[in-house]
Amino acid sequence: MHLAYPAVLAALLFCVGLYGVLARRNSVLVLMSVELMLNAVNLNLVAFDVWLRDTLHAGQALTLFTITIAAAEIGLGLAIVLMVFRTQGTADIDRLRELADRPADQALPADADADPDLASDLAAADPDTASLTGSARGKADPA
Amino acid sequence: MTAVLAASLSSQGHSFLTPTGVEIVFVLVGLAVLGAAVLTVTTSQLVHAALWLVVALGGLAIEYLLLTAEFIAWVQVLIYLGSVVVLVLFGLMLTKAPIGRSPDADSGNRWVALGVAVVAAATLVTLVVDAFRSTWMDLSSGGGSTGANGEVLFRYWVLPFEALSVLLLAALVGAIVLSRRHREEG
Repeated sequence: MHLAYPAVLAALLFCVGLYGVLARRNSVLVLMSVELMLNAVNLNLVAFDVWLRDTLHAGQALTLFTITIAAAEIGLGLAIVLMVFRTQGTADIDRLRELADRPADQALPADADADPDLASDLAAADPDTASLTGSARGKADPA
Repeated sequence: MTAVLAASLSSQGHSFLTPTGVEIVFVLVGLAVLGAAVLTVTTSQLVHAALWLVVALGGLAIEYLLLTAEFIAWVQVLIYLGSVVVLVLFGLMLTKAPIGRSPDADSGNRWVALGVAVVAAATLVTLVVDAFRSTWMDLSSGGGSTGANGEVLFRYWVLPFEALSVLLLAALVGAIVLSRRHREEG
């Protein structure tokens, strides 16, 4: 079999998982997309192990280890999601803004002059982050 | 010298235009896996996403079988289809995921995510196809049987294996501690 078939399938599967991680809102669905990405890596490992045939069988042994770590990851991840759901009342990633930048008028006076600097730094670094903090400010202002 | 020449000739002899039966089955199952994965990340019914994930992971188990990695295939069925998907379904249930269509399953940056994914896919596929265009792997001697895997695992990989068992125990204890309801809250 050509090595290109499993390699291309793994690359496409990884990118589907990447889209899911970036686009989904529910955190359980994000964890499912992470599983897709891990499976793409597993497919690559198995294909290259079959191709290279080293004596240590490193590819298939590492695939078993990856599957184990993925099982541990999904268990811990779901426990964390459940705890967040219990304390915050939602599992939507967009609404979990506890660590977001606070608007300047709600911050402590000592932090009030430091906050716009941080926001402008973020705006210079990444326009997406800036728009996110901007929308957070817009939501928090009426409240 | 002649062996190298013969090997290069045999790898040149395999064309993409005359696929073997295994390749045809691999591509067909791969298309099913990709379709199920796309449905997993795009469907707006949350429980259906978990069920499409079952289809994608089961198809991947078939791909492992086609690559002669039979032990990995059965581990995939046991761990992923048996426990991970059940865990995900429990997670959806305990976070009170809405049954039926939920229009806000995708966040607002869906188009940015689509752009990133398409660019990454184009880069990776171009790179991979360019690198492995003429690479041929021999599927004849099945090196992925349970005997071969167990021998390698317990001869060369014992220490990582045991360390992983400790990691699994730690993850289990951590998950129990995290999801335990505290007295004063409940």
